[in-house]
Amino acid sequence: MAGRPELVFAGTDGGAVTEIDDYVARGGFAALAKARAMDPDEVIAAVEASGLRGRGGAFFPTGRKWTFVPKPETVPKPHDLVVNADESEPGTFKDREIMLRVPFRFLEGCLIAAYAISARHVFVYIRGEYEREFEVLRSALEQMRARDLLGEVTVVLHRGAGAYICGEETALLESLEGKRGQPRTKPPFPAVAGLYAAPTAVNNVESIATVTVVLEVGPEEYAQIGVPGSTGTRVFSLSGNVVNPGNYELPHGITLRELIYDIGGGIPNGRALKAIIPGGSSTPILTADDIDTKLDFESLAAAGSSIGSAGVIVIDDRCCMVQLGIRVSQFYEHESCGKCTPCRVGTRWLTQILEKIEEGRAEQADLDLLLSVCDRILGKCLCPLGDSDAIAVASYVSRFREEFQAHVDLGRCPFDGASSLEGILAPSAMHERLPVSVPVSA
Amino acid sequence: MSAGLRERIEEVRALYPEPRSAILPALRLAQEEHGGWLPPAALREVADALDLTPAICAAVASFYDQLHLEPVGRHLVEVCTNVSCALVGAQEVVEAFERELGIAAGSTTEDGEVTLATVECLGGCGWATVVAVDNRHRLRVAAEDVPAIVEELRSGGAT
Repeated sequence: MAGRPELVFAGTDGGAVTEIDDYVARGGFAALAKARAMDPDEVIAAVEASGLRGRGGAFFPTGRKWTFVPKPETVPKPHDLVVNADESEPGTFKDREIMLRVPFRFLEGCLIAAYAISARHVFVYIRGEYEREFEVLRSALEQMRARDLLGEVTVVLHRGAGAYICGEETALLESLEGKRGQPRTKPPFPAVAGLYAAPTAVNNVESIATVTVVLEVGPEEYAQIGVPGSTGTRVFSLSGNVVNPGNYELPHGITLRELIYDIGGGIPNGRALKAIIPGGSSTPILTADDIDTKLDFESLAAAGSSIGSAGVIVIDDRCCMVQLGIRVSQFYEHESCGKCTPCRVGTRWLTQILEKIEEGRAEQADLDLLLSVCDRILGKCLCPLGDSDAIAVASYVSRFREEFQAHVDLGRCPFDGASSLEGILAPSAMHERLPVSVPVSA
Repeated sequence: MSAGLRERIEEVRALYPEPRSAILPALRLAQEEHGGWLPPAALREVADALDLTPAICAAVASFYDQLHLEPVGRHLVEVCTNVSCALVGAQEVVEAFERELGIAAGSTTEDGEVTLATVECLGGCGWATVVAVDNRHRLRVAAEDVPAIVEELRSGGAT
């Protein structure tokens, strides 16, 4: 389709390519052969020239990240590539579709990246809940082994076991070392001292699959797509109150209006658009007035938000923003690893203050307290988890201040039980409402 | 410990430079062997197989939502109630399961057959509501689909 280049999903015709012969017939592994004929530094230079930036959420230039990994001559320890397939940011479900539909393109990218940083070990840390995705990758990997495509590289598919925090790169490394997934102090950064204190590149699934694309089409061609600063395509995850939710690979720089209305079919049941979370639940919320904002790094930053993981959540006019805040805060509270006090305690406080506002028990000072707690979390923790909660909640207050004020003034929720999030049962609240469990007698 | 479990843990241990890295796959294998949860004996078996202590295994297991330190039912039903699922009716799905099973989310039926829980984002936001039945994701589940799912579990269909 014109204007909608498929790169990551190229050759799938809307389906999946899970047989190696089909992948080879579509030109598969040509990029790997091309890379292995180049000097590793030339591969890194090509990825840098493409403008590819990390698709996990931080948008850090992929090639530049690899330049931080010391050369084997200077640090003789074994080098590792760790792929972050622990996709868990609410609103984001693209990596699983990439693993299901183009497992070979992804694994080919792993081998190219390993070659670029001189890694002999690749660990794919895949979230424990992704069982089918694990099986598809395992089958693809077996087929590649049978063709002797791995060379001297070992690839281990490592399943997580249910912890959002393990998507943070240093928590992921702790988890991969067999520990509780608690983030490390940085520096040192993983490039210097990562897995088993050895030089390690940690990259997201979509980034790695795109590395294959960059080698296939060439960096100059790739950089032509999208917009300057945000080159190439992005797999946008569209969810919430929208007619056609799903994953859509589109060039950076398309607008929210094009994604939500032209492609997503608009808001169901004739409801009005109220808010948009553009990059996963940790990104600041936008309002219906921002509908013409472009989906690229700089445009979203200018709009006061972030492209994050490109998980776009559409919210219609039935949703109470205080309830949204409660639900999002309950999530971060549940997932806080507990290592840093501002996050461990602050996320709990945010939930409690928001519940007080929702239940009509809040005084004016509680609104200030809410924002003050946000300030006391921001920038004061080892990792961005607590920040995510604070940034999200503070954005709901700043963008929908009148709605928060109305809860205080009326002494109740103005939605009168009709909000789309009314009564939603979060896992953290589920445990609290149950009676004390009676232990089974031994 | 069964010889089969020991052998499978040895296999995963061999994949890693350090034995401890095999703790999550080993705990997962032990949990499957022990009926879906990790009793103290399972923690000891994993500890022995990886040259660790049961305390280390318990400390790690308690961190991860998919590892259970208390018994769960023969079937595990987990309903995502994060934002995207919640916006399109996850709560109705939860309530339909509670009605059909006659229990509150977070508990197990008296016959030990089904545990019902709400969970955080399962990564299927565009296919809401996502329900994991014995770790297999059912997509676009609506409240009216729930009686059939429960019937399937009760008749021993799904695994």
